[in-house]
Amino acid sequence: MKDWPLYEVFIRSKNGLNHKHVGSLHAADPQMAIQNARDVYTRRNEGVSIWVVEANHITSSNPDDAEALYDPAMDKIYRHPTFYELPDALKHM
Amino acid sequence: MLADNSMILGQRLGEWCGHGPILEQDIALTNIALDIIGEARNYYAYLAEIEGKKEDDYPMLRKERAFRNVLLVETPNGNWGDTMMRQFMFDCWHYFHLEAMTKSNDERLASIAKKSIKEASYHLSFSSEWVIRLGNGTPESHEKMRNAVEHLLPYFEEFFMAADFEVYSQQKGISPDLHMVKNKAMAKFSDVLDEATLAYPQNVFAKKGGKSGIHSEHLGFILTEMQYLQRAYPGVTW
Repeated sequence: MKDWPLYEVFIRSKNGLNHKHVGSLHAADPQMAIQNARDVYTRRNEGVSIWVVEANHITSSNPDDAEALYDPAMDKIYRHPTFYELPDALKHM
Repeated sequence: MLADNSMILGQRLGEWCGHGPILEQDIALTNIALDIIGEARNYYAYLAEIEGKKEDDYPMLRKERAFRNVLLVETPNGNWGDTMMRQFMFDCWHYFHLEAMTKSNDERLASIAKKSIKEASYHLSFSSEWVIRLGNGTPESHEKMRNAVEHLLPYFEEFFMAADFEVYSQQKGISPDLHMVKNKAMAKFSDVLDEATLAYPQNVFAKKGGKSGIHSEHLGFILTEMQYLQRAYPGVTW
């Protein structure tokens, strides 16, 4: 069991919403990962759909690069769709 | 009998709590235990209504000879493979028996079956997958499973040997023809054994007695643990 791969688990709580990451677990293969995820992460009616992905298939950004990757977006408010003034008639769009 | 099967097996599975080979399996087994203890509670509650007793009187205050569970559910947990093989045999009977019970003439039993069959369907798929993986795994796991099949198969037949009360309830349309249940259960059982590359032992002597209240010595120990609290502190509640 030391060589069981790690899987990241994503659960969709209701139809129509997106799958959210809820945690990870070890399993021998993908089918067992689904069963384990069902047993561990849907005990309290948390979801209607399970995705499991082997952790080594996920590429993540390097925290050291956070400044370079994310800071420039902080002062570019013109990219947000907040400058349109809606006419009163459309206030409930 | 239906309640006792689930209750005693639930108690055995509870013994694994904290001892599973890996966290996810520990949780899986205790989930299964909760499912079947829940099913047992439904039957005990129904009985309590009919006989004017309390639901807990049945699991907690009866003695060994009053229990009607089959011998299989008393067998020791053994190693993970033994537990999976025992679970798989139970599930083969449980799933197809419940399927037939959904059409029972007794509405209450039919509705209990309709709810429990969803859980049993998962249990059957869970235990089948494990039997296949362990049987068709490493030489060591295959050997352990081979031992498991050999020492547990004598207990499988008892599910399908109708006790007097089962003959009676079948005539009333309350419970199914056990031959039909056996055919489906055996078909599933041999399919999975084949896929697990496990041989089906021949000339197996069928052990029985549980349904008449004649149990193995294991039941005494199981009941001692299960009933200790109620017997030491009668009438105690949370």
